[in-house]
Order: sequence, then C-alpha cells, then structure tokens
Amino acid sequence: MKKKLLALLAAAAMLLSLAVLTGCGSSNETLTLNVYNWGEYISDGSEGSLDTVKAFEEYYQKEFGKKVRVNYTTYASNEDMYAKLSSGAVSYDVIIPSDYMIARMRDENMLLPLNFDNIPNYQYINESFRNLYYDPDNQYTVPYTYGIVGVIYNAAAVDEADVGDWDLMWNSKYAGQILQFNNSRDAFGTAMYKLDLDVNTTDHAVWDQALAELQTQKPLVQSYVMDEIYNMMESGEAAVGAYYAGDYFTMLDAEADGVDLCFYYPERTNYYVDAMCIPNCCQQKDLAECFINFMLSAEPAIANAEYTYYASPNSLVYEDAGYQEDLGEETMAILYPGIENFSELYNTYAYQNLDNETLSYITTLWETLKIG
Amino acid sequence: MKMKPIAKVYTALLMLFLFAPIAILIVFSFNSAKSLSVFSGFSLHWYQELLRDSETLDAVRNTLVLAVSASVISTLMGTAAAVGIYRLRSRYLRAALDTVTNIPMINPDIITGISLMLMFVFVGRFFGAATSLNFGTMLISHITFCLPYVILQVLPKLQQMDHALPEAAMDLGCTPLKAFFKVEVPEIMPGIVTGLIMAFTLSLDDFVISYFTSGNGFQTLPIRIYNMTKKTVTPKMYALATLIFFVILAMLLITNLMDANTATDVQDAKRRRNTGTQ
Repeated sequence: MKKKLLALLAAAAMLLSLAVLTGCGSSNETLTLNVYNWGEYISDGSEGSLDTVKAFEEYYQKEFGKKVRVNYTTYASNEDMYAKLSSGAVSYDVIIPSDYMIARMRDENMLLPLNFDNIPNYQYINESFRNLYYDPDNQYTVPYTYGIVGVIYNAAAVDEADVGDWDLMWNSKYAGQILQFNNSRDAFGTAMYKLDLDVNTTDHAVWDQALAELQTQKPLVQSYVMDEIYNMMESGEAAVGAYYAGDYFTMLDAEADGVDLCFYYPERTNYYVDAMCIPNCCQQKDLAECFINFMLSAEPAIANAEYTYYASPNSLVYEDAGYQEDLGEETMAILYPGIENFSELYNTYAYQNLDNETLSYITTLWETLKIG
Repeated sequence: MKMKPIAKVYTALLMLFLFAPIAILIVFSFNSAKSLSVFSGFSLHWYQELLRDSETLDAVRNTLVLAVSASVISTLMGTAAAVGIYRLRSRYLRAALDTVTNIPMINPDIITGISLMLMFVFVGRFFGAATSLNFGTMLISHITFCLPYVILQVLPKLQQMDHALPEAAMDLGCTPLKAFFKVEVPEIMPGIVTGLIMAFTLSLDDFVISYFTSGNGFQTLPIRIYNMTKKTVTPKMYALATLIFFVILAMLLITNLMDANTATDVQDAKRRRNTGTQ
C-alpha cells in the first residue's frame, strides 16, 4: 500500500511535468496579451456584470479570426507595478497606472508612443482629458478613469452646520472620530488644500507649514488609514474621513444600520487620472492597442464604470442613458461635478511627480508627524 | 486527568485567541450584505459570487497546481537528498551539508525572494529572454524553500531506523535497490508523508517569495488577495477562506486518524514481537 502511494506520487510528478511542457508548446497558435492592472479595477463578471477579459477574447476571435488569451494580473499600488516592470523580468502589453507614475515612466523612457490609428475610439474621450500635464502631447496615454477626493461623513454623528471645506477634518468637536490618510502625499495634501498652498511646491517652508497644520490635527485623529477606511466608515466607528468619490459609493453600499454616510467636495482638492499605456517591454503592440480600443467601446466601458464606481472620461459612458439611470441623479451629480473645466482644475491641483530631494524631505516630515 | 480551574481558563483563552478570527470569518462569509460589522441575514450569496469569479478561481487553480507540483517534486528530491546525506561517511561533510540545506529555511523569505528574482533575471538576460519570470521560475522557487523542510523530516527517521534492517534484507538476497524500497522506504514513510504535507502547506500560503518571482499571467491566490486592497477585500474571499479552512481541517483529521491507526499497528507489532507470539 505504501509502495503504491510512492508510485502514485512519482506518476503524478511525471504527469505534471508533462503538462507543463505541453503547456509551453501550444502557446504558438494563440496570441497572448499580458494585461497588468490594479486589483478590482475591471468588470470581472461578478454580480451579473460583464466579464471584460472574456468578452475581449470573444470579440477578437470574431473580428480577426484568431485566438487570443488574455493573461490578466493585478497589482496593489503604482509602486508595486513600477518595481515589477523596472526589474526587467516581466513583459506586459497594457498597464493602467496613475498620472504621476505615468509622468515618471515617461521621463524614464518606459512607455511606447501609441498608434492612434489603431484606437479610433479615442474620439469619445472628452476634450478636458487630453493634453494633461503627464502627457502634454497625447502620445502615450488613453485615460481610463478619473476621480476627485472629497470628505465623507456620517450625518448621524456630524452636525450639518459643521460641514464644509476641509475644516470638518480639523473640528475638535469630532476628536477621536476623524480619519486621516496614512500616506504622506495625501495627508499633506489635505492640509495644503485647506491652507490654499501649492501641493507641487519644492519650497521646504511651505511643507513645514503643512506639517504644522497636520500636527494641530493629530490629537483629533482616530487613526491614519488607507483601505481600512471602508470598514471604519461603514460601521460608524469613525465619523469623518477623506477619500475618493467612487469609493464613497462602495462604502454607501455596505453601510450599517444607523449610519448615514454623506459626501461633499471641498473647494480645493486632489484630482487623479488613471490611464492605459503600453510599456516598452510590450511584445504585441498592435494587439495591445486593439485591447485599449476595445476598452473604450460602449459595452465594456460602461460595465467597467459601473463596476469600479469611478468616473469615466469616455462620452459613450457618461452620456449613456442606461448608465445615468443605473447610477441615479444624485450619484451622477457627485461623480461628474462640472466636467467642463476639468483640465484647468486638474493641472492646478493634481499631485505631480516631485524631485527626489523634495520627496525625501516630505518623508522626513511625515516621520516627524507620525512619531512625534 | 482532571484540569485545574486555572488551567481550564487558560486553555479556553488560548482557544479563543486561536479560533475567534476564523470563527468570525466563517460567520461573515454567510452574511447577506457586504458589511463586516453587521450580520444582516444568512445567505449563500458570496459562495455563488465566488463561483462566478473566474479570476479568483484561476488563482486558486494556479495555487493548487503550484503547491502540488512543488510539494511532490521537493519530496522526491528531499528524500533522495536525505538518503544521500545519511550515507555520507565523513561526519564533517555531513554536518556541512546539513547546515547548507538549512540556510534557505533560516533565511528571511524576503531575501530568498529577492535573490531568486535577481538570479532569474540575470539568467534570463544572459539567454536574451524577454520575460524571465513564469510558472517555471515560481516552481523552482517553491521547491527551493520546501526542500529543507522535507530533508528535516526524513533525515531523523533514517537515523532512528535500525541500521541492521537493510543489511539483513541484503543478506537475505535483496539487491540494494530492492532493500531500499522494501525496507528503508516503509521505515521512513511517516517522515516522507509529513514532509510532503509541510511542503504543500508552505507552498500554498507563501506570499513573499511568490510575490517576487511571479511573472506574467501566473498569479497565486495570496497575491490576488493582496492586490484587492485598492478597493476592499470582498466577502467572496471570506467564502473562499472558509472553504479552504474546511478542506484543510478534513485533511488534518484524515491524516491524524491514519497516524493513530498506524501507531497502534506498530505498537501491536512490537508487543507481539516482544512476547514472542509472532
């Protein structure tokens, strides 16, 4: 019986190695597209939504008669993605980083210029989302989503009279119920918007001023959080916190009884854009462009916008009656507040890539705040 | 044996700390709403969602394929290595090899991960490959960190074995190979099985090394869950964790029952041998 077990093990090992070998052999007939995206950032077929990756494979088969297999993998932060790509160990065809990371990768020649003849659907991208600072000549990117930071509060615990601008996050009435970002750039951002300072300055004195503001806030802060904010706001454990508009709706979906989450935009706040790009390690550029074009077409674009709850720069999405109806008037008003002057606001208030010296100075200040 | 009250309290507290997190996870996997704080009603909704999530199911499949192949290969290699080390004449060489095999076990995962990645990239560049990380590199990495654990399980069993047994078998006409499979392997089988199970569980829940050595298109479950933090981890994952917990529990129960059986078998055999009724 024990000999049999051993024989079985040996047989299993051989079968597996065979499977691995044949797996490598058959990849010649089907094209492979490697897509690297944020986790939970594409409609994946859950809750009856569209399975975008599968839909693309079917679309390609129908349109071009060739089989394509999408290798879809995810990352947790821009920095993770950057580390993986710059290690030179992987090859991806499509990536979807955020603006400041795009600027950095562009500066380091890690992106390939797109051939827009292969991406006709680019015409549906709103004018406001072209020529933004990270890609001034529209060579490298196709915007995927954008978002604005706002303040989320529990109306059951917060007095409506105290609501307004960033002051709510510094209101001592809510001491111990305020959440602040646990990442230096976003946390300093809230203080700098509050004081009307330039968030992209290299002047140390300005950063010191922001630190002082954060230090006055520190005794009121319950904790410094990132994605823990979801559970803490949903359960009513905290009453005030800043996060992205799209994420507010995710919280709203799961709020507990007796919690009444509301949302508003302060006058000055952070904007971000995540855009699709092709990195220079790409092996299938035409196929990658075909995928980007597919992502801009109506059905997948709407499915993705509904799945992620982030605003879309694609007119096929935000002008679609079904999408507007699904989201409802209130949600639409929050997600798309004045799309017309976006590029102006964006180029003024969005975080841009800072030089290393300033970044390390911010890190020092951040440590002073957290430890001191 | 009766437990003192203080011992009872201590044990209860210990159990609470060990199992409360898992219990909470299991309870909330049956929650009908998304919330982690309020239980709004029993439902199998998240289990249905899990079955529809092809990306997660792919990750589960990848993880299992990797864990099974890594544990089987490392068990075969590790057993062979243990036998080799056991047969070494020189005591110094044996001690040296023992130490060398222990290094990957003592090394922090993050160092193992980074160094493996660097090596794969270096070799990949050397041969001009566009991508140097894939399933193969992950498999090699997992075998690397599983091997010492297998050796650690098998080697003591070899040392406990009666040296005279294989010699007696060969005296009675066995070839060395036959003596190995008929006498030595059955003796060290418990070590091999434990090594296999350890390698399997280690490979199953490794995050750090996998994170550094994973390439395009092959993502394991721990990496997938980690990457969900842009949004929150969905309750689908509680459902998945619950299922994994019960599968592991079942496996543990089965192996423990089997162990108990063999243990009594061995005791019976010994008793019989001692009393001479064989």
